[in-house]
Amino acid sequence: MFYREAGDFKTSYEQDSQTFPIKFDRFRYYAVLAIAFLVVPFVINDYWANAILLPFLIYAIAAIGLNILVGYAGQVSLGTGGFMAVGAYACYKFMTMMPEVSMFVHVLLAGGMTAIVCVVFGLPSLRIKGFYLAVATLAAQFFLVWLFNRVPWFYNYSASGQISAPERDVFGILITGPNAPAWATYMFSLIFLTLCALIARNLTRGTIGRSWMAIRDMDIAAEIIGVNPLKAKLTAFAVSGFFIGISGALFFSVYLGAVEVGEAFGISKSFLVLFMVIIGGLGSIFGSFAGAAFLVLLPVVLKVVGVDVLGWPTDIVAHFQLVIVGALIIVFLIAEPHGMAQLWRVAKEKLRLWPFPH
Amino acid sequence: MKMKLTTLALSALMAAGPAMADLVFPSLSYRTGPYAAGGIPFADGYADYFTLLNERDGGIGGVMTKLIECETGYNTEKGVECYESTKGEGALVYQPLSTGITYQLIPKVTADNIPMHTMGYGRTSAANGEVFSNVFNYPANYWNGASGVVNYLLELNDGDIKGKKLALVYHNSAYGKEPIRTLEELAEKHGFELSLLPVDHPGQEQKSQWLQIRRERPDYVTMWGWGVMNQVAIQEAANIRFPMENFIGVWWSGAEHDVMSAGDAANGYKAVTFHNVGRDFPVFNHIQKYVVDTGKAAGAGDQIGTVLYNRGMYAAMLAAEAVKTAQGIHGTADIDAAMMRDGMQALEMNEAKMVDLGMPNFGPTFNVSCENHGGPGLVGVTQWDASSQTWSLISDFKATDGDVIGALVAEDSSAYAAENNITSGCN
Repeated sequence: MFYREAGDFKTSYEQDSQTFPIKFDRFRYYAVLAIAFLVVPFVINDYWANAILLPFLIYAIAAIGLNILVGYAGQVSLGTGGFMAVGAYACYKFMTMMPEVSMFVHVLLAGGMTAIVCVVFGLPSLRIKGFYLAVATLAAQFFLVWLFNRVPWFYNYSASGQISAPERDVFGILITGPNAPAWATYMFSLIFLTLCALIARNLTRGTIGRSWMAIRDMDIAAEIIGVNPLKAKLTAFAVSGFFIGISGALFFSVYLGAVEVGEAFGISKSFLVLFMVIIGGLGSIFGSFAGAAFLVLLPVVLKVVGVDVLGWPTDIVAHFQLVIVGALIIVFLIAEPHGMAQLWRVAKEKLRLWPFPH
Repeated sequence: MKMKLTTLALSALMAAGPAMADLVFPSLSYRTGPYAAGGIPFADGYADYFTLLNERDGGIGGVMTKLIECETGYNTEKGVECYESTKGEGALVYQPLSTGITYQLIPKVTADNIPMHTMGYGRTSAANGEVFSNVFNYPANYWNGASGVVNYLLELNDGDIKGKKLALVYHNSAYGKEPIRTLEELAEKHGFELSLLPVDHPGQEQKSQWLQIRRERPDYVTMWGWGVMNQVAIQEAANIRFPMENFIGVWWSGAEHDVMSAGDAANGYKAVTFHNVGRDFPVFNHIQKYVVDTGKAAGAGDQIGTVLYNRGMYAAMLAAEAVKTAQGIHGTADIDAAMMRDGMQALEMNEAKMVDLGMPNFGPTFNVSCENHGGPGLVGVTQWDASSQTWSLISDFKATDGDVIGALVAEDSSAYAAENNITSGCN
């Protein structure tokens, strides 16, 4: 009824190739952007920002980054935690070395630094594939965590080995540190997420994205039709690293404010982001959002329902959380192996035909 | 329907309003995960003492206490979530029982003007109250613990440990790294050799560390461990037949559950402590009578008198005493977080008070001041007797090396002040 292509005429190539060709989709997208940018900042409080929205935004960036690598280019990576750590520590070093520079620049530089590291660890992907590549990136994960624990230069020789974000601003508005207002940290992360999602969406629709997908689907065939695997694989690692670096930088500076590499960026972080990508949907930008939302929100919702509404003991709820999240993951993967993005796609198909399915 | 929902929400808010008048103590506990073995008894002790105050005395100064428990799983992200969700409820003091979460919360509590008490953990240099206005770590901190270990070794060796070898087995995190600076200074001062053996989270794999100990044959081993790491370390030490009486843990590595699993092999294992052990105190009879027997205990009620239960209860007792002090200073029974901070800063613990509370000689006597948030730093040593399954105090609470620690505290806190543009001073 509402969701249809009929009557939605395109009169130019630009219109025909836009991101959301269906009018309803487009307006929904504008509405989400408007609410996120114009409504939420005015109603947000510390709890919503720090417990729900910031982790969601930041994990969504990480999930987009990993999705490019795993979902679009088909290069399995278990090094996400380590690469996020590179972003965080690069951001910390830039923040302390150049205090007067805007926070935007620090985060972008941290992303760039991670892209370089990611490419270096992506080099083996030219020779090895599949599980073996996963093991190689696993090595990156352990090596990077070990490195940041081992070399005191990275944490400015602090006694505890922790890094803490000093106060930094953008145009005079505090972004990091305890006095940063909730709306500012939210907006800062939201701007990065929007930019990342736009870039990712357009990259994946263009030449680079198509070469990634060609490599993913069959690398030998791709090579024969003229896709350069070196370029395709390394650009995938670079772009993915850039996004993951940004998310690591934000995770440390804006969200947590102080991190310890082994605890914050351990192997469990790599798995968490990988689960987000798998549950959300491989090879889908929307899937990255859905997966991040699912794994960030679900524990909070379960906790609120269990502890605050039902009044159960906290440990029971924490155990139930593990059981329920685990069970839901299994149910999801059996019912819809292509993730939440596929559910969404199916729902859209059904809506197109509704109310006349035949 | 919408109207109804709004009214419902409003009435819920109104109902929550008067509840704010309680004295709210958030308990960021962890009853799950690899550190739960230590988290559970501490959380139980913390909760049971406040329940006792409510049941026996009708709260503190006539105002009931309210404990909000939030599960962190020793995870910093969940810790932040817990902090944000509880701070709006009128939280008086935070005790996260995690050095990682402490580091995260130090700037936040300072900005929100809520005090935080990190008893025997957290950032050691928070002892300097001129820089860390809202963070307290009385009565003792990690560096006192490190110095306490060395002092005890000095005592055993008639004041000379030159050339002896001491190995530190530590949790490779902010927590485990804390004592290294002090131990390095002390190694230089007393001429002993220090070797460092990090163990990664969660600490179940320590074969290589203990192999190294077996090879290097240090005279003494000290440990900064927590959770499952402790049990594994003690088992490994037993496996290589390292003499247990030369193995000294910090206070977080010296509870019943840490030594039980190694059985008789753990006999003689030592740990430093800053409070007394055992259940031979009148307060436990009260807890038994008012809390456990009435079915209001936070846990199963079987942890009473264990090391960490005592510590949780001690933490709650110090918080309650600070509330009383704050009530006295501000002349109101219904205090807020800022008043609580004043109360903590003016806290005086003397023997008469502790006898009144049913805890004679339970902890050291001390006065907190703005300059010194760290207390006296007196450290005793306990030893495990595997046959009777008890810890007993074998060396009384003694002063630690104030010169070395004081200098390090001043250095570290001034670095923090410079990094964060804090003008130090008392207000």
